[in-house]
Order: sequence, then structure tokens, then C-alpha cells
Amino acid sequence: MPVLLPTDALVWLLVAAVAAFAWYSSRRPHLAAPWARVLRSRAAVASAVVLGCFMLVGLLDSLHYRPALPAKDPGAPVAYSVEVRSALDALLTPLRTKLEKTYSAPLATRLYQKETVERPDGSTAREFPRLAHGGAHLKDEARWGRDVALRILAGLAGAVALWSLAVLAGRRTLARRWPRVPWSAAAAALGGLLALAGPAAMLAGGYHVLGTSQVGSDVLYQALKSIRTSLVIGTLTTLVLLPLGIVAGIAAGYFKGWVDDVIQYLYTTLNSIPGVLLIAASVLMVQVYVDTHPELFPTSAQRADFRLLALCAILGAVSWTGLARLLRGETLKLAELEYIQAAHAFGVSHSRVLGRHILPNVAHIVIISLVLDFSGLVLAEAVLSYVGVGVDPSTTSFGTMINAARLEMAREPMVWWSLAAAFFFMFALVLAANLFADAVRDGFDPRVRV
Amino acid sequence: MIAYIIRRTLYAIPILIGINFITFGLFFLVNTPDDMARMQLGVKRVTPEAIEKWKAERGYDKPLLYNAAESGRRFLTETIFFEKSVKLFVFDFGRAEDNRDIANEIRTRMGPSLALAVPVFLVGIAVNITFALGMAFFRATYLDLWGVILCVAMMSISSLFYIIGGQYLVSKLWHLVPISGYAEGTDAVKFLVLPVLIGVVGGIGAGSRWYRTLFLEEMGKDYVRTARAKGLAESAVMFRHVLQNAMIPILTGVVVVIPLLFMGSLITESFFGIPGLGSYTIDAIQAQDFAVVRAMVFIGSVLYILGLLLTDLSYTLVDPRVRLD
Amino acid sequence: MRALLVLAILAGGCADVWNDPYPASDRGKNILYSAFTERPKHLDPVQSYTEDEARFTQQVYEPPLQYDYLRRPYALVPLTALEVPKAVPARGGGVVYTIRIRRGIRYQPHPAFVPENHALARERIERLDSPYQLPTGTRELLADDYIYEIKRLASPRLHSPILGLMAEKIVGLAAFAERLRKFDTRRQDWLDLRKHRLEGVEKVDDYTYRVHLKEPYPQFVYWLAMPFFAPLPWEAEKFFHQPGMAEKNFTLDWWPVGTGAYMLTQNDPNAKMVLERNPNFRGEPYPAEGEPGDAAAGLLAEAGKTMPFIDTVVFSREKESIPYWNKFLQGYYDASGIPGDTFDQAVRVAVGGEVSLTPEMQAKGIQLRTSPDTTILYLGVNWLDDVVGGASDRARKLRQAIAIAVDWEEYISIFLNGRGVVAHDPLAPGIFGQRTGRESINPVTHVWKDGRAQRRSVEEARALLAAAGYPDGRSAQTGEPLVLYLDTVGRGPGDKPRFDWWRRQFARIAVQLEIRDTDWNRFQEKIRKGSQQLYILGWNADYPDPENFLFLLHGAQSRARSQGENTSNYVNPEFDALFERMKAMPSTPERQRIIDRMVALYRHDAPWVGGFHPVTYGLSHAWMLNGKPNNMARNNLKYLRVDVDRRAALRAAWNRPVLWPALLILAVLVIGSVPAVVSYRRRERMAAR
Repeated sequence: MPVLLPTDALVWLLVAAVAAFAWYSSRRPHLAAPWARVLRSRAAVASAVVLGCFMLVGLLDSLHYRPALPAKDPGAPVAYSVEVRSALDALLTPLRTKLEKTYSAPLATRLYQKETVERPDGSTAREFPRLAHGGAHLKDEARWGRDVALRILAGLAGAVALWSLAVLAGRRTLARRWPRVPWSAAAAALGGLLALAGPAAMLAGGYHVLGTSQVGSDVLYQALKSIRTSLVIGTLTTLVLLPLGIVAGIAAGYFKGWVDDVIQYLYTTLNSIPGVLLIAASVLMVQVYVDTHPELFPTSAQRADFRLLALCAILGAVSWTGLARLLRGETLKLAELEYIQAAHAFGVSHSRVLGRHILPNVAHIVIISLVLDFSGLVLAEAVLSYVGVGVDPSTTSFGTMINAARLEMAREPMVWWSLAAAFFFMFALVLAANLFADAVRDGFDPRVRV
Repeated sequence: MIAYIIRRTLYAIPILIGINFITFGLFFLVNTPDDMARMQLGVKRVTPEAIEKWKAERGYDKPLLYNAAESGRRFLTETIFFEKSVKLFVFDFGRAEDNRDIANEIRTRMGPSLALAVPVFLVGIAVNITFALGMAFFRATYLDLWGVILCVAMMSISSLFYIIGGQYLVSKLWHLVPISGYAEGTDAVKFLVLPVLIGVVGGIGAGSRWYRTLFLEEMGKDYVRTARAKGLAESAVMFRHVLQNAMIPILTGVVVVIPLLFMGSLITESFFGIPGLGSYTIDAIQAQDFAVVRAMVFIGSVLYILGLLLTDLSYTLVDPRVRLD
Repeated sequence: MRALLVLAILAGGCADVWNDPYPASDRGKNILYSAFTERPKHLDPVQSYTEDEARFTQQVYEPPLQYDYLRRPYALVPLTALEVPKAVPARGGGVVYTIRIRRGIRYQPHPAFVPENHALARERIERLDSPYQLPTGTRELLADDYIYEIKRLASPRLHSPILGLMAEKIVGLAAFAERLRKFDTRRQDWLDLRKHRLEGVEKVDDYTYRVHLKEPYPQFVYWLAMPFFAPLPWEAEKFFHQPGMAEKNFTLDWWPVGTGAYMLTQNDPNAKMVLERNPNFRGEPYPAEGEPGDAAAGLLAEAGKTMPFIDTVVFSREKESIPYWNKFLQGYYDASGIPGDTFDQAVRVAVGGEVSLTPEMQAKGIQLRTSPDTTILYLGVNWLDDVVGGASDRARKLRQAIAIAVDWEEYISIFLNGRGVVAHDPLAPGIFGQRTGRESINPVTHVWKDGRAQRRSVEEARALLAAAGYPDGRSAQTGEPLVLYLDTVGRGPGDKPRFDWWRRQFARIAVQLEIRDTDWNRFQEKIRKGSQQLYILGWNADYPDPENFLFLLHGAQSRARSQGENTSNYVNPEFDALFERMKAMPSTPERQRIIDRMVALYRHDAPWVGGFHPVTYGLSHAWMLNGKPNNMARNNLKYLRVDVDRRAALRAAWNRPVLWPALLILAVLVIGSVPAVVSYRRRERMAAR
């Protein structure tokens, strides 16, 4: 039974909106030109490929459903489990279901913690027990090295094959259509990703590639699940931020007078409140709302989803002020320009002036600030979740992963893999976003400082 | 000038009133006085009478916004809003829920916060400007390119990793500084070295890149070209002209932050056990001590407005062309 | 980096250890270093009720009785009293306790005992950093001070958590509280409790007082070992009531005044609290008898010597557990518990379950002491719930199935690293009434095999579930899956592993678990209304008596119906009748039989579906002597001794600074800047040309 969580709906709405916007701009040269400039940067193309892969994972994780329970007798109506899963969960079923008891290191065959085990002869001993799944296919642990090497090689071979296919197909189609895009950068990025993903996929069949967590779940799975949280925070926030920022900013700059005063008052007031405190208070309020209205959120997935959505809304409501201020300044400048003055003189209506002249001329600022905000929001999520005012504790996110991993650092020998996994995934995502944002800024307007 | 300051100060009043309404609304929607009482009275053997008593003692038994039972002025003053929010305007913060005086607490905690925040701020600016000048100087060379890449990489790392990694390496493995804690006077140095270092390193990425764009923009201007054409050495151009003229945008970003240094840094202080205002705020959030959170929000807002004012004033100092009236 | 170098020079000049968090002037002094995580909220003895606070209050305040430091099971011995008082029957079914205190006990030096300090100018107070900057005095401890404190329990200006309980026991206390509430209209004046008579507490002479109870209450003597019944000099209340004191945080809540071995001389709850030896302390001999094994452990080496042994105790605030643990390993804290995650580093569990330290820790000379807490954490069931609650056969089978499925052994192993004991009954280990061996296990959930308890198989749980009407976790009638709800208090983003674990336990019997995670207030509210289904809660005993555990299941104490402590709202008339009989009995075989029956009822009905008792593992360094965990008494500091020279030597050996990485980083930076400098030179020359 498909389940449409509110964040899913909004994510897909956003995807549709972006697609529509892309189609719209591709028809209009003045809108397409900056994008063409962006896509001429090698860094932008490479990071777009990486971002695209993250997006793919995130979107797969946004298709939710409730699995049907096995029918008891033929005639009975189908009953559904209360557990909500996503397409990604279904894809990663082996990772999700192969649980160990507790910590195990990446690619390990034994648990990270000694346990009292009963020997076949009835005596007991304290040793590192074999894992239930990781390396369980190995009869002899001495063959571990060979097995791992073989799997890596097989993964690489698969990656090379896939990569060649993709490059060939790309050369036929994409490269012909858009010859000026540096496709070699895209190919390199794709090659790098495949070289990591291929062996990882092969290894994941028999091992826990990035180890297991305290309760024995696969860290790679957690890291992949965290991607959606980050992306949702980074993108849905803009859904709240955009209308507020654009309307307030342009209205203040265009109408001036009391409208300007009121809007300036609003955003100075909001800006004056220390951001973290405002967010913390709002998040606590949402939490209380959820706690006092349990009937609205029958499942924990719904509750967690609502909190995620609320966090986006709060972050958006707190951070629209920056965009509004930028737009106000730009609109003030534009409104003084001669052709707009002339339009006024001819009696053109406000809505027409705004729609035809102002909005298109500030669009680049909107796009640049959106792209730049993304990485900041992803980083903010980690800190907020770490402090305890971020996502619901049952949501997997980089913030909750880091929080748990911090305590593991004190173990000796250290449990480093959760932290390392969170670090690398987050670093890759934010770095790609930052590089892409830089290229977008340069492509649209190198002079705008945001 | 003085008239300007007075006008700006008056302008701050409606803003502070707005802030008061927002925080009041948020906190009292979040937690009823009953919740606060239960939070403070602990776990074991809490009776309803004890809760009523607690509320009465702290004035939480009054109505929220208006008191229908009272007449005249007391109609408004005998309410939670007046007691808890309006008094902030005269900096009467009252007592925390654990009965400690908030003003007293803020006074004692300000020192450690500043001891951490000021060095991070100053050293950070110095390091960032140095890096940025270097990159601008070598613009369009491999040094610049790698510098920018390094900056982007550094700003892509969450601040949490800097803290966790720094503490693990420097304190735990290398025994160079105490892991956490604080002391008054010169003893504070050994506790502050690591957090300051982490604060500075964590800020290099975003900071240097920001200054670099400022410098590059300035360097594209005509007067710089003229200066160069006159045969001035590149370093002289950089320091005498570019740096000085980039001061205005630098000031916009920097001065507004200065008063907020009092607020301390939330996460660093908690990690390193520095008893400053940042960890005070985090503790209060976690303990849901809203008297403290409210006071900190108010102080933070006042400081921010002060920062805006200082920014405007600093323009006149740097650029004589700017006049305030 | 530059700052690091400066530090290197600074620190290199004065000591070979760089990471010592304490001032150099304190080195070599007879100081014990400890830490506190939560800042105490109340140090006033009528209000303080948590363990964090007891660590301070019990060093300063001396109630008439105390727990023996070494003997187990826990036993009461006199502290300021001459003997443990006996209940004497009185008219009307009540009892009287006569408490005789020692003569010649004097209070710690305190400004409250100097009459001039009772009328200080406000400006004078404002200039003070600590009340101890004023001239101090002392006086003898009198029975009046104990009576004054009992009256303070009822003071309308204070919140004593035990007022409700004591008002039911002490004659006239409820009426006294009511009288005071009516009388106390002028808050700005000091409320002198000496002027108000409390019927049930009577002074016999300066060193003797009597407490009248309405009914026999054998547990009363345990209360006499808690700070609620410690002496409080009226002078202290009057002193701290002066205007201007509260603004400086000079209150009894922060500056205790007592007769104990230590006095609190520095109180900065954000960073540091310091206890110093009370110069007026009468001196108490170290106990001469202990448990078997104490002598071998060296705990009797100081027998008969005069306590305390340590001059100063420094408590540093340590909010995060990792710095706490690391500082302990570096030797900067003298003793520590073990945080869950560092367990394997510290301890090894040998075959058969006994624990020992790892070789690395043994090489450091660290000692390990374990002691089960008088605490229980349980998974409770709301008896009022339609699905899992109630006395019906169906619900009971469902509860029993859950009780088998939730593998507490695994919980203890994963989340507590084995520092816990599975609870087969509500009583904590070491409490009268608990059985050993085969009789100690819960036959519903466990079987006795090869001399130890073994959890019943999941198949048995599934069978019970099917018998309850949910074959394969689905309702036999509708086919809908069975969904249960667990209410917990969220502690933050680190909760996820725990939630996953809980879901997995229920998934084993194909039951779907929804976790409703809320904050403490909301959780309490749910429990108060009785709207929870399953929930997790704990209880930490006030005193080592079975009554203090079994009352948690007493029907009359139901939380939802009568605001009592029975959060599961369990009602069983037979259990309740047995409880009434058992509660005021001395610990006889007859009482044991009653408790056995109550425990059997509990196991059968399963109002709590299992739980565990945490075990304290205390670690202390080789230089810390006489340490023994005691879960009832917190006045342990006076017994401890520190070998200062050994500590200094070991700390120096463990904390040699490792410099090469810092130098390496510096070198990389210098080398890295070479190309920049070179090309800078080149450009300069080009521009000059």
C-alpha cells in the first residue's frame, strides 16, 4: 500500500517544479544562457554528477509504502504492516535485515566485543564470536583476504563495464546534443563514483562494508538513509523561505513607505533573536504539539516526518530574512531605473511591472542564494540534531549519527567507522554542493556577494 | 551624530517589544507553568499541592496576559506577561527556576565566554585576512586555485568534526592540554588554547574565501590599476590601497558580531566545559529553564541591535565620506 | 599553531606535565579530586532528594543515624545519636521514638553564629564573594536544632518532597503545616519556627527529643539517616534571610551549615565546588568491623583511626562523559564510574561471570569494586489499558509473552556492558525478601538449567501470544496486526539504537511496536492520566526495606486513581492485603513467606514485564584507599585516604606530552609556505623592474 508522507509529496512537488522551470528556461535564451555558462565549468559538471547520485538515493528513499502481510486465508482482506518502508529499503533489503548483535568493524567476520560463548563440548569461553551475517559464507576465516580481494576485483570489473556503457551511450546522445559541456569531467566523476560503488556493492553481499552500529545495524545503510534527511532539509526549507523572502524583499523595495517600514521591522526583529535559540524554542514547541496530539500521528514514521517537515519550516521561517534584505536592496536599485520609471509614467500596473521587469531581474539573486544556502542547511542539521533540537531521534541523519559516534570514540579500541562514514558522506555531499554553488554564482553573476 | 544615536536607540524599542512578544508566545505555548514546576520538582514524590505552591511562589499562578480579577493598572501588571517579560526591559531578569539570580549568573559567566570568543574572533580575522591577501596576491595562479579548493573543502566539514578530532588528537593522544575545564586568570591559557585553535581553524574556510572575494572585487577597480601603472610594488598596492578600501565591507560583516561575542559559543563551551554563557544557554534549553532562555534571547537581541548601531558608526570612522544624520 | 608554541614554552618552563587541569599551587596537597555531572539544585536538607545533591549534603549535614560503611546487608548505626532508637508503643496505637544525641558536638565555623552578622548592611553583603569572608563562630549542637529541621519540613516557604508522607506519620504535622500556611503572610519577614509548636515532636532536654508517630512505622529509622532529619541551626535561617543575600545566591540552598566532617567553602555549581575539612569536627573512629573480605581488601587497615583523612575535596563540573573518563585515565580524577561505552577497555568478564580489570588497567594499578544498586528499571504495563492491562486471562498471556520476548540479558549486554542484573522480582539485590538460587528466578520467563537461569524460548512466547488470541502477531478475529505502544522519555538524538532494539524485541514475536517518545513532562502527564500502554520507568530505593519496592505495586497507591507511586495502576486484592500485613512487620520468616506470595502474584500477573537492577562498577586509582561503594550512604568522603606522592609520580608518568605531531604540522606549514614566499619575491622584483 503506497504511503505518501508530507515530505514525500513536497519533495516530488519540488522535483516537478524544478523540471518545469528547467523546461521553461530552456526555451528562453536569457534564462538558459547562465546555465550554459555554469555547465561549462568542469567542477560544476563533476559535482552535478555527484549531487545527482545523492539525489537519486534521496528520491528512491522518498517512495514510501506499507508492505502487505502474508494473507492468512485466501478470502481474507489484505492486512498491511504498520511499518513504513521506502523503495530504497526494498532495494537494500539485505543491508536492512542482516543484523548483528552489536558493533563489528568494517568487513569484519567477528563481533567487536567479547562474549561468553558456549563451546560444543559444553564448556564456556570468552571470545569474539563470529558474526551472524558478516563473512558468514566463509567456511574458513583464513580465506577472508582472498574473498575480499576477489569481490573488490569483481566490483571494479562491473564498474568498468558499466562506466564504458554509460560513456558510450553518453557520447552518442548527450555529447552530440550539447557539445560545449565538458563531458570528460562528468565521465571522470561517474568513474570515481562507480569505482567506489561497485566494490562496495559486491562486498555488501557478504560483509558489512562500513561495519555495524551499537545495535548491530549496517552503518552503510544508515549513511544512505541519512542522505534523504539532509536533502529534504536542504531543499524543502527553500519552499518556505522562497515565497516569504521574495514577497517581503520585493514588496519592501518596490512599494517603499510604510510597507518597507513594516517589513524592515519584521526582519530586524526576527534577525535580532539569536537564531539557535529561536530554532530551539520553535522545535520544542513542535515537539509539544506532537506530544499533545498523538491522534494526528498514529505511526512513528508520520511523527518523525512531521518533525522533519516542521524543522524545514522553522529553518525557512528563520532564514528568509537574508534573502529578503538582498532582494530589497536590488529592487530599490531597479525601481530607480529609467525604463521602470517610464513604465510607471505610462500607467502600467504594479503587478505587470513586478512580473515583467522586477522579478526576472532579481531571479539570479534568488537562484544563487538558494544554491548557496543548501550546504549551510545540511551542516546546520547536523549541529541542531547534535544539540537535540533537530530531527526526531528515530530519524536517521548525519547529526544523529555523529551524536552516537561521539560516545563511541571513547571506546578502546575505538569505534571509528560510524563517525568516518558520516564524515565522508557528509563531506562529499557538502563539497559537491559548495563547488556547484560556486559555479552557479560565477555563471549567473560573478559580482553578487551572498 | 548624537541625534542619530538617539533616534536609533528609540527605533530599537519597538523591535525589543516585538522580540518580547515572540519569545513569550513561544515559551508559554511550549510549556505550561505546570510543566515547569514538575520539571524542577524532580522525580520522586511530587504532589499536586507542591506544584501549586511552586507556581504561586514564582508568580506563575497569575493569568497570562490580562488579569480580570484586578482593576486599574493592576489589570495588566498582575500577569505572567508583565512579571516575566516586561521586567526584562529594565534588565531585571529575576531568578532561574533553580532559584539562582540570573543577572548574577550572567555577570560571572561573561568572563569565560569572552576569554574564549575574543581570541577566536581576533586571531580568526588576522589569519583569514592573511590567507585571503595571499590568495588575492597570487590570483589566477595554482596557489590561488589550491587555496580556494582547500577553503571549500574546509568549509564542507561540519564544525562538530573539528571539535571531536581536535580534542581526540591534541588532548587525548598527545597530552598537550587539559581535555576540559576552566580556571581564572593566567591559568585559563592552557584550557583555552585548544578551543581557540579549533575555532580559528574551523572558520578559515568560509572566512578566507569571503575576504578573498572582497579583495578581488576591490582589485578590479580603476584606482588599483592606476596605482599599479604608476609602478607601485604589488605589496604596496595590496596593503595601502586594497586592504584599506576593503575595510568597509569587512566592517559590515565584522562589527555587527562584536557585541554578540558576549553570548559565547554554544557548542564549543559545552564540549570543553567552559562555564560561559553559551553553555549556560544550552543547559537552560536542555533543562527547559525558560527564565534563563528568555533572558538570553533578550540580551542577544539587545546586543545585536547594538552591533548594528556600532556598524553604522564605524563607517564614519573608516570612510569620512559617510555622514550620519 | 603559534599559540601552541607559546604554550609549549610557557608550560615547558614550569612543569613536565602540560595537561594538568588543576593549579600548580595545589600539587602535593592532600586533596581528593572528583567530578559532578549535574549541578545540584538544592542543598537545603529539607528539599534535597537526589543522589547528586546527597554527595554534598551528606558530607555536611549529620542526621542522627548513618549506614555502616562496610557491613552488608546495610545496617544503621548511630552518627550523632547515642544509639539507634527503638519504637515504644504509645496511646492510641501510635509509637514514640526517643532520640538521644551526643554532647559536645560543635557546628562548623560559620558567620551565622556571630550575632553581629545578623544585621548586615546591604552594601556589605553586595561586596561579599562568599559568606565565609565574614567573621565566623560556632556553637554546640542541641536537640532544638533537630526539632527545628522537622518543623521546616512543613514550612510554607520550602518544598519538602516528603512532607506529604511525613504528614501521614508524624502526629500533628499536617495541622502544623496548615497553621503555618495561614500565619505566613509577610514574606519579607523571617519566619521563626521556634515560636510555633509542633505537637508530635517534643524536646526532653538539650540533648534528647521525642518524635510521636500516629501508627507503627518501622521504616521511620531509615528516614532518620537522611538529611531530611539533620539538625539545622535557626541562626543560619535568620542569617540568610537578610535582604540582599538571595541576590548573591547566599541561601541555605547553596551554602549548607552543618556539623559534618566537611564544610562547603566554595560553591560555583557551574565549574567547581570545594569541600574543606571542618576544623570543629569531633573526630570519628574508622569502623573496625566489616564484611568478610574487607580485611583482605585492605579496608580495615585504618580501623580505629580518627577520620577524616583528606583535607580538601575538589569537585569539578564535567558535563560530558568522555572528558570525564579520559581525565580519570590520565589520573586527574581519583575515582570514576565506568561509562557504558568504555567498558571493554576497563573490564573483562571471566568465565562464570566474575569481572576483573584488563591488563592495561591492572598495570596502572586501578582497582575495581562492584555493587548492585538498590534500584530497579522496569518495563511497566498500564493495568487500565484495554489491550495489555487488566486481570483477564487474554491480557495476562499477552503480558507473559512480552515478558519472555524482551531479552533483558541482551539489553544489559549491549547498552550497559553487563553492568546489570535481570530483575526476576520487584526487589533489588540485597533487600530482605529476595531469594537465591532456583527460587530466585521468575518461572514465567525463565527456567533453571545447569545451575543458572535461562530465558524461555521465543517459541514459548509465540505460543502464549497465540493463546492470547494473536497467532503470528495478528488478531485471530480480524487479521489486523497487533500494534503495541511504548512510551519513553527521549533523551535526545542518541536514542535511536535503543528504539531499534526495542522494536526488534517485539518483532521477535511478530508484534509491531510503536515508540512514543516524549519529554519528561508529557510522559508524567500520560502516566498521571493513565493513558500510557507500555512504559519504562525506574525506582531508586529510599531505604533498604522490601516495603519501599513493593509499595510501587500497591493498589491503593495507583498513580492514575490517587496520585500515588504505583504507576502501572496494578490492582490485585490479594496482593494489597498481603502488602498491608507485610509493611509494618519486622523481618521475620513470616514476613519472608508473605513476600514470597506477593512475588509469586507479581510474576503471574506481570504488571511489569521484566526489568533489571543496575550494578555500580566503581574504579579508583591505586593511590585511593578505603573506597567501597555504598548505595545507601553518601557520606563516604570521611573514610577515604589519598597517597599524594604516588599520585604525583604516576600522573607525571602517564601524561608525558607528545610533541612530534605538533612539530610535524608546523614543519608542513612552513614548507608549504615556501613556494608562496618564493613566488612573492619573484613578483615583487618583476613589479619593481
